[in-house]
Amino acid sequence: MKFATAGAPHVPAPKSVHWVMLQVLLALIPGTAAYVWFFGPGILVQITLAVAAAVAFEVLMLRLRRQPVSPFLNDLSAPVTAVLYALCLPPLMPWWTVVIGMGFAIVVAKHLYGGLGFNVFNPAMVGYVVVLIAFPREATSWLPPEMLAEHTISFGAALMAIFTGELPAPLTWDAVTQATPLDVIRTGATQDIMISEIRSNPLFGDFGGKGWEWIANFYLLGGLYLLFRRVITWHVPVAVMGVVIVMTLPVYLFDPGTNPFPLQHIFSGGIVLGACFVATDPVSGAASPLGRLVFGGGVAVFTLMIRRWGGYPDGFAFAILMMNMAVPLIDRYTRPRVFGQ
Amino acid sequence: MLETEQPLRVGHRLWHFHGGLKLRHWKKISMESPLTSAGLPDRLELPLRQNIGEVPMVAVQPGDRVLKGQQLTRTNGSVSAHIHAPASGVVTEIGTVRAPHPSGLEFPGLVIEPDGTDGTCYQEPISDWLNADPNLLLDRVFHSGIVGLGGALFPTHAKLRRSEQRPVEVLVLNGAECEPYISCDETLMRDRPREIIRGACIMRHMLNARQCVIAIEDQMGVVEQVLRDALEELGMSDQALVVKVPTIYPEGGEKQLIRVLTGREVPSGGLPMDVGVVCQNVATAAATYRAVALGEPLMSRIVSVTGRGVQQPCNVEALLGTPISRLTAAAGGYTDQAQRLIMGGPMMGLSLPDDDLPVTKATNCVLVLTHRDVSPVAPELPCIRCGECARVCPAQLQPQQLLWHIRASEFDQAEDLSLADCIECGCCAFVCPSQIPLVDYYRYGKTENRVRAADRQRAEHSKQRLDARNIRLEAQKKQRKERLARKQKALAEDGKKSEIEAAVARSKARRAQRDPEA
Ligand code: SF4
Ligand code: SF4
Repeated sequence: MKFATAGAPHVPAPKSVHWVMLQVLLALIPGTAAYVWFFGPGILVQITLAVAAAVAFEVLMLRLRRQPVSPFLNDLSAPVTAVLYALCLPPLMPWWTVVIGMGFAIVVAKHLYGGLGFNVFNPAMVGYVVVLIAFPREATSWLPPEMLAEHTISFGAALMAIFTGELPAPLTWDAVTQATPLDVIRTGATQDIMISEIRSNPLFGDFGGKGWEWIANFYLLGGLYLLFRRVITWHVPVAVMGVVIVMTLPVYLFDPGTNPFPLQHIFSGGIVLGACFVATDPVSGAASPLGRLVFGGGVAVFTLMIRRWGGYPDGFAFAILMMNMAVPLIDRYTRPRVFGQ
Repeated sequence: MLETEQPLRVGHRLWHFHGGLKLRHWKKISMESPLTSAGLPDRLELPLRQNIGEVPMVAVQPGDRVLKGQQLTRTNGSVSAHIHAPASGVVTEIGTVRAPHPSGLEFPGLVIEPDGTDGTCYQEPISDWLNADPNLLLDRVFHSGIVGLGGALFPTHAKLRRSEQRPVEVLVLNGAECEPYISCDETLMRDRPREIIRGACIMRHMLNARQCVIAIEDQMGVVEQVLRDALEELGMSDQALVVKVPTIYPEGGEKQLIRVLTGREVPSGGLPMDVGVVCQNVATAAATYRAVALGEPLMSRIVSVTGRGVQQPCNVEALLGTPISRLTAAAGGYTDQAQRLIMGGPMMGLSLPDDDLPVTKATNCVLVLTHRDVSPVAPELPCIRCGECARVCPAQLQPQQLLWHIRASEFDQAEDLSLADCIECGCCAFVCPSQIPLVDYYRYGKTENRVRAADRQRAEHSKQRLDARNIRLEAQKKQRKERLARKQKALAEDGKKSEIEAAVARSKARRAQRDPEA
């Protein structure tokens, strides 16, 4: 009897890229739901928009690069990039800025570097940083959490705001947007206002910003899910959060009056999202366990430095991009010992 | 390494090795039926290359009648293994035969047509083997064609030589079949524990090893008790220790097993001997026993015929050279879902083009998988650097880095990253979410490196030859010069001497003229 031959191993892989990316998307559901709960449905519009744009750019680029479209679309890496990118954006950012950032992420950061697996920088962070730099006002127009907002923004209003830039009367942009907790800390710190005083601002919850800390909790839940599913390893998230605590705790203990409590650092801004979902991106991250610890630690250090001294309230995206650049070096010096050597 | 300096104690604890996979083992399906025999086929095809090292040469003529157990080959190499007639009959062809290889290519070999008679040609049994001269035993093992039956095919006698510099502390009998489905060693341990234990004692005696352990997997059920009972019965409980190791693929890999049992790592590029260990497969030990105590060379082996593609998975004892189709027939034939025929296990096995190929010393398993078992043909995606491969790699390599360099044809860099330490276990390729056939790349990279190393060696050789020639020429030139110089000097001296003599003669003559009366 004749048989077709094939290479070993002969049994199927337990995971595929599609499966891995799908897990990431699933793990983002609780955080996204919390986001909608606290900040209204605008973010859903942004996510849909970003995913649609990402898929469109992906198809375009695959065609241009003469690559097969269906296996690469099926890997779901473009939607993951899109969702992570959208979750960094203010919920009412105008649609065209969303699309431009997404285009940059997929076209430049991903495909011009060679497509899936070859991108040096995390595409989602590239997209976010591009809009942050190009459209500083739009990219930082945050809403207050709904329990503090005088006006809740309905789905229709969000759609209108995103696609026309207008808010339904009687809302005005000034009335609906508000500084984020991190902005408040920054301005406060530059004016030597005591942390306790800053924190008396209703924007703050138990640890971080009101609403924000809950979203962060749900991101963390998603991160645990990924860990449980063995999509990520513990090294990066633990390194990021550990280093944040180690670096901020002595400062806080030294002068609790003017320095934020370490957990406040973790639970505000993008640290949890970044630590669990972005810095764990395998393509643009370090390869070995030790390398991942170094990578995560570096991200934490740069984030804190930018938060403290940089020009942006949250330096997470920049920190990740900087560490992306350092990856070849990290990989080189953190190569594990080979068996028997 | 401080560890090595302390005496090895084995069995009181186990160590871990990095990576590996917990796989569903699928062994029960072939363990339920008793061991059967594949019987005597009409034709036995024997490829000559059934060992690592030098391929032996045919020592019979076409048409020769041979007896069961008769040695058919001769060899000049010391790392080589003889082939014996698995049955009495006539040598009908000497030339090429097909061997189990995905290419289905032909390899040098011979064909025997059995005549069904019982004539045997065994060697003299060595009954008092515990007091026999180790060299005699070595010779016996060598002339019995025994190789590592776990699939490694390394000539066994080459691993049983005593070494004065490096005494063997532990002899490990490997009964841990790492790959799923394969249960031939388990069957052997269950059905013929005494042969294994006696074989172990012979090997221990040959190596003068301080201890001996029989390593089995923790999921092997009765085997542990069977071995213990047999040890007891033979009064050899002090001779060998049965140790259960966790079933983690590739636990049965020599280096991994040694690590688990002793905590020592066989150095990169080194041999188990370097850490005071010799590792032999249990079936090899049984074959050694038969060769020594019964005079029987290696003529058959146990093969697991298993998978959901055969009706009645079982273990079959088959003569070397039996066509695989006879084995699958012994397992009740194929099911209609049979899709892939594999020699070996699902992780490292070779996919065969058809079942008309012969059983060799390496055939531990004939696995028939159905479409439900095999990997669907998925497009290979780019590496996403997820690191899964590195997490499971038992050699602690960075498979994704190796892949990168091999794809870029940077074979030197791959070598620097210890490509040579890859044991081709397939763990990396198994877990890779991008479905990259990583092991194929590593094989290719290794071949390239070997070719390049050979080229380098050749270049080095010719350079040496050239250098030697230059030196020789130089030396000759020098010699010639010296000779010339000497001659000239001699000539010059001769010249001087004759001048002097002439002068003396002249002056004498003058004196004589001046003074004739003196
Ligand atoms: S498992 Fe595959 S995709 Fe993941 S790093 Fe290794 S080679 Fe790349
Ligand atoms: S095949 Fe080689 S590289 Fe892959 S896991 Fe096994 S030893 Fe490591």
